[in-house]
Amino acid sequence: MIHVIIAESRKLRRPTLLFSTMAITVVLSGLFTSLLFLLINSKDGNGKRGQMISPASLSLPNGVVTGFTSTATLLGIVALCIFAAQTAQEYTFGTLRNLLVRQPSRMKILGGKYISMIIFAIVMDVLSLIISVIASYALAGHAHVTTVLWNSGAGYREIGHAFLNVLITTLGFGTLGMILGLALRSPISSIAIGVIWVLIVENLLALAVKKSGPWLPGYLISNVAEGGSVDISYQRGLFLGGAYLLVGGAIVSYLFKKRDVSN
Amino acid sequence: MNSAAISVSDLTKVYGERPALSHANFEVPMGTVCGFVGPNGSGKTTTIRMLLGLIAPTGGTGSVLGHNISHPEKYLPQVGAMIEGPAFYPALSGRENLNVLASLGGFPTSRVQGLLDQVGLGDRGSGKFKTYSLGMKQRLGIAAALLPQPKLLVLDEPTNGLDPSGIQEVRNLIKDLASDGTTVFVSSHLLSELEMISEYLVMLRLGKVIFSGRTQDLLAAQQPILVAKPEYEFDLGKLFEIAKSSGHTVTLVDGQLHIVSDPNWAPALNRLAFEAGVTLASLTPVFPTLEETFFEMTGE
Repeated sequence: MIHVIIAESRKLRRPTLLFSTMAITVVLSGLFTSLLFLLINSKDGNGKRGQMISPASLSLPNGVVTGFTSTATLLGIVALCIFAAQTAQEYTFGTLRNLLVRQPSRMKILGGKYISMIIFAIVMDVLSLIISVIASYALAGHAHVTTVLWNSGAGYREIGHAFLNVLITTLGFGTLGMILGLALRSPISSIAIGVIWVLIVENLLALAVKKSGPWLPGYLISNVAEGGSVDISYQRGLFLGGAYLLVGGAIVSYLFKKRDVSN
Repeated sequence: MNSAAISVSDLTKVYGERPALSHANFEVPMGTVCGFVGPNGSGKTTTIRMLLGLIAPTGGTGSVLGHNISHPEKYLPQVGAMIEGPAFYPALSGRENLNVLASLGGFPTSRVQGLLDQVGLGDRGSGKFKTYSLGMKQRLGIAAALLPQPKLLVLDEPTNGLDPSGIQEVRNLIKDLASDGTTVFVSSHLLSELEMISEYLVMLRLGKVIFSGRTQDLLAAQQPILVAKPEYEFDLGKLFEIAKSSGHTVTLVDGQLHIVSDPNWAPALNRLAFEAGVTLASLTPVFPTLEETFFEMTGE
């Protein structure tokens, strides 16, 4: 398995992919966190979907990571694209046969690929957290937000919790991308379907069908990063979202193991 | 341990209703170069894919380097393969592509530069794969196949896209590997190339093995011909009658007579022609090439 992880990491650290992904991460984290503080008194709100987050709320221990957690869904979308592309490209480039000749255990290929992408996602989330926390501290004074509680033990715990939850969300979307990549065997199709589903279809469904939100995988996975919401509890997001991914993952893993490699 | 590098018995692959390979039986002795020939769609790539564990047989069995093909993990570390052309990551350099495969197989990456040099890509290893010409891609594919220092090398159309000097290099490479004891199983449409390097041949047609054995035996089983040309064209008829009356099958091709005959009959023909007042401008025994034999056997 370790050989697969090393081989996959060689592909993931190619400059174009690595630097463009990290640049996107920096821009998203910086932008979301900056808007949170810069639009603090705006009538249009400074949070998700026009939500107003006051200086008092941001002064709480979790204020230091509010910007970071609001970036989670988009970080997840980035992960979805990378996981889907890295998986499906093996079919479109015809490189899967090379991999399987050098490592005949298909489950090791899949496992190694997944672990290497998890490492990539962790690096992405760590970078996002650093940028977001730096931006939060830098803009707190401008937004009249006090940082006393951020520097407390509770503040540090919030950073830990937020990182874990955002990571779960990122990996959840990434896993969804990998499932789509294995099922559709085309990077373009898997990315297009994944992104359209999460960003458009689920939102339309949630609007059109009452109470459908708590059943939609994207909603459930996103909800974990926020630590739960009024509509969907943290546990529901974690377990139902996880169950969807587990079932999907089991099906595509079985197909990957059994399917003839004929391209 | 079986002395055959590859052995298949009743190997069959059916896609839906269509048999891609039907009850194939053949053996490739260890340490030989074996040509694998057949028209497009005859089942060559399907066979190679089954031998490499990429697709599962519908029926029959096979072994590679003494291990059953249902356990490719036991023999693939000793097998190098290039299947259906070179497939690599376009955004990575040639060197980095080989590094990926070396890491995956647990081979030292220090081998990579030597292999790039061996296939003539030593100074182009840093270039991205997508910028390579077809010939360079093919060379990189061969380098990748050599990564494990294989006991068995499986090459599917290794000379595709190569210029004449590239083809000669691949031929020499295969000969060198074979002389070091590597078994080479090579499919190619360049039958003249295969004729030069293959001691053994496996020939497929419509998913069935129509010949497997020594190349020499295959060619020896074919009828040689004598090509005779009289000095004067008006003597063609006389010469035709001489050969025919001696019980040989004769055909007129481009002002020459093709006489199906043992080459040892040439002196007798020369004498008979002289006695009939016909001077021969040329009399050449011609043995069938692998290409002609292939066309005859496959009906292509």
